[in-house]
Amino acid sequence: MGTHVIKMPDIGEGIAEVELSVWHVKVGDLVVEDQVLADVMTDKAMVDIPSPVHGKVISLGGEPGEVMAVGSILISIEVEGAGNTKDVPVVAEPAKAAPPVAEAKPVQAPVESKPAAAVKAPQAPVAREASERPLASPAVRKHALDAGIQLRLVQGTGPAGRILHEDLEAYLRQGTATGATAANPYAERNDEHQIPVIGMRRKIAQRMQDATRRAAHFSYVEEIDVTALDELRVHLNEKHGATRGKLTLLPFIVRAMVVALRDFPQINARYDDEAQVITRLGAVHVGVATQSDVGLMVPVVRHAEARSLWGTAEEIARLANAARTGKASRDELSGSTITLTSLGALGGIVSTPVLNLPEVAIVGVNRIVERPMVIKGQIVVRKMMNLSSSFDHRVVDGMDAAQFIQAIRGLLEQPASLFLE
Amino acid sequence: MTQTLHTTLLIIGGGPGGYVAAIRAGQLGIPTILVEGQALGGTCLNIGCIPSKALIHVAEQFQQTVHHSQGSQLGIEVDVPTLDIRKSVEWKDGIVDRLTTGVAALLKKHKVQVIHGWAKVIDGKTVEVGEQRIQCEHLLLATGSTSVNLPMLPIGGPIISSTEALAPTHVPKRLIVVGGGYIGLELGIAYRKLGADVSVVEAQAHILPAYDAELTLPVAESLKKLGVKLYLEHSVTGFADGKLQVRAPNGDILALDTDQVLVAVGRKPNTQGWNLEALNLDMNGVAIKIDSRCQTSMRNVYAIGDLSGEPMLAHRAMAQGEMVAELISGKAREFNPAAIPAVCFTDPELVVVGKTPDEAKAAGLDCIVSSFPFAANGRAMTLESKAGFVRVVARRDNHLIVGWQAVGAGVSELSTAFGLSLEMGARLEDVAGTIHAHPTLGEAVQEAALRALGHALHL
Repeated sequence: MGTHVIKMPDIGEGIAEVELSVWHVKVGDLVVEDQVLADVMTDKAMVDIPSPVHGKVISLGGEPGEVMAVGSILISIEVEGAGNTKDVPVVAEPAKAAPPVAEAKPVQAPVESKPAAAVKAPQAPVAREASERPLASPAVRKHALDAGIQLRLVQGTGPAGRILHEDLEAYLRQGTATGATAANPYAERNDEHQIPVIGMRRKIAQRMQDATRRAAHFSYVEEIDVTALDELRVHLNEKHGATRGKLTLLPFIVRAMVVALRDFPQINARYDDEAQVITRLGAVHVGVATQSDVGLMVPVVRHAEARSLWGTAEEIARLANAARTGKASRDELSGSTITLTSLGALGGIVSTPVLNLPEVAIVGVNRIVERPMVIKGQIVVRKMMNLSSSFDHRVVDGMDAAQFIQAIRGLLEQPASLFLE
Repeated sequence: MTQTLHTTLLIIGGGPGGYVAAIRAGQLGIPTILVEGQALGGTCLNIGCIPSKALIHVAEQFQQTVHHSQGSQLGIEVDVPTLDIRKSVEWKDGIVDRLTTGVAALLKKHKVQVIHGWAKVIDGKTVEVGEQRIQCEHLLLATGSTSVNLPMLPIGGPIISSTEALAPTHVPKRLIVVGGGYIGLELGIAYRKLGADVSVVEAQAHILPAYDAELTLPVAESLKKLGVKLYLEHSVTGFADGKLQVRAPNGDILALDTDQVLVAVGRKPNTQGWNLEALNLDMNGVAIKIDSRCQTSMRNVYAIGDLSGEPMLAHRAMAQGEMVAELISGKAREFNPAAIPAVCFTDPELVVVGKTPDEAKAAGLDCIVSSFPFAANGRAMTLESKAGFVRVVARRDNHLIVGWQAVGAGVSELSTAFGLSLEMGARLEDVAGTIHAHPTLGEAVQEAALRALGHALHL
């Protein structure tokens, strides 16, 4: 028997610290080669750490949320044969007779200390096949029935995946915290649930805070008549939807941004406020804000200026799906020059988007509604949509911003002009 | 017509399913009426489980004494015994009386109103017993099952069912049992031990056709030793003049001389004679179709036990009855056991809990199958019963035990350990790591698990 130690890998780009997001194993688990041990996070990419060996986990090197140095010990696994421990300090007593002490701490001190009670990563619901019988004793089964829980969804930590009373309690605590109980909806509630701000959420919080602290946000809202645009969209979908895929409004707006930016290079730019340099870019890499299970992500449609309408639509759909399922790569999540944000039907009438620094502009799409409009003295029903955009007023003047949005408006209201060269 | 009675729960049938449901309902404060046409305790207490075990005990004791009178190696010397079967039956009736009286007392204690009479269903909330009309919110059907009859062997005179066989006035000189399932063999072996010449006619190629050949082999050997003649793959064609006519596999018709014929070809749900048709319930073959909460296709009408089909076992009915009472009281319940043990009180006894190797295979499980023979168990030797073994079936990947089988003297009591291990989700290591008392038959359980892990100690 030997100990195989896995160190926090260098994920690239000279990053010295990596945040440990979640453990997929615990002390005492048997792991097989290629089994995912943990997720770690850098910038906005989540990276799986697979096991290179078969063996038994004897210690974990950190708690979820901990920021660990590259090269520090991530996990120690007891393996058949010699292991790879020659060059590292001994972690636990090598005597094999005693079972490994639960939670044997590695020598390296945690980077930050945490209140003891607070953070245990919430249990992810486990989906079993409908036909697969969850393993649990009769008492646990009865308790689950009483509590109205489907055992199928509860993670079992006992031998052979057996669901223990403790597992059920943990699941129940989680369930009540999300508030799905309420036999009496008017009952006074005093429950609290602490959710550690780690991983994605911490990243998002930092970036939002940073953006609002540093940039001088200036928002501008304009109303756009999209009746003609929507007619064109519907027409194209009828004609080509079956073969080229359905178009939403987003690729048209991306196209309008690409065309308008030709005249407003100061808006397709990055502002490095420390070096005091603005970089204007020819390429239009449009970040598309996307909601995923773990939070906001901004995958990037690269070189939107070189894409057709359908090419853009396809890329948006692909990236959104990749982001939602956590498959988006680091490259796909960085490098944008301007951002587009849309909540679709939830778009509301006005929003005040937060800049995705170091960009200097973000275009927000509000909901389309039919409104009575006065055109040439007549009241007519038109499809109206607001664009709510924010600019970094430090480097974008109000006049430029307004003209940029007016240009977009002109393009969208006369959709043929989107494609005139 | 007398005044209509009103109740929350009305149970038709006072067998193990119905009376347990009534007791539990009483405990939970549900106003309950139980209607029983014959005797509380149903088939199980009156003409099934209990009386058959009493008769089997008498037969075993008698046969042991005969065995000693013929020169026992234990050194016991007795004269050739005689048997007063009427006294045996009286003793058995005494036990049945005590138990059924006990059931009545328990029902009374839990404030269950028992109405004696035959129920007639009017609709899903109304039942009549004679002139008495009863209205209920929940109707629980627990009418049990009846013996299957063969058209060419109508019960009467020398042709008897298990009911008559359990209350003999004399032991026949020759008895032919039609049916080689557990009821036929339990009674056939008992009658053989009581002194009758017993033959068993079975249409299939094996006795106890529900179980695999390895498991039934010790029973087959015991039958041979006891002198029970087997007519396998023979089918009955008729009975006349004290001769049972059977067709051999080659087509020949044999006429077998006999004094009595016991028909034991199975049981069927008791759906006739109480106007069940009025409810027009969905059926599952001849049984009432139920879901995992024993609910029928009609709201607030439940069916439990043999009436709801296989496995027709009293302990299943009891568990279902208890559950239905709890459901009616508003608890969330589901009938979802890991296993329902099945026991044959043959000689040797046979017990099956969970999946057999064949069933595990059919379920797509890769399993370790391992057995430990009683021939290597000290306690079995001291009981003069070395036949049989304990067998365990466990998943190869995580050693989770999915089934236990055993055959041997007294193994019915091992069903407790087997059931507990399956319900608790034990792995081979759990059973192997549990100290089993020495010297007991149960050591074979631990050794079977050890052997599956590759290190049996006494083999």
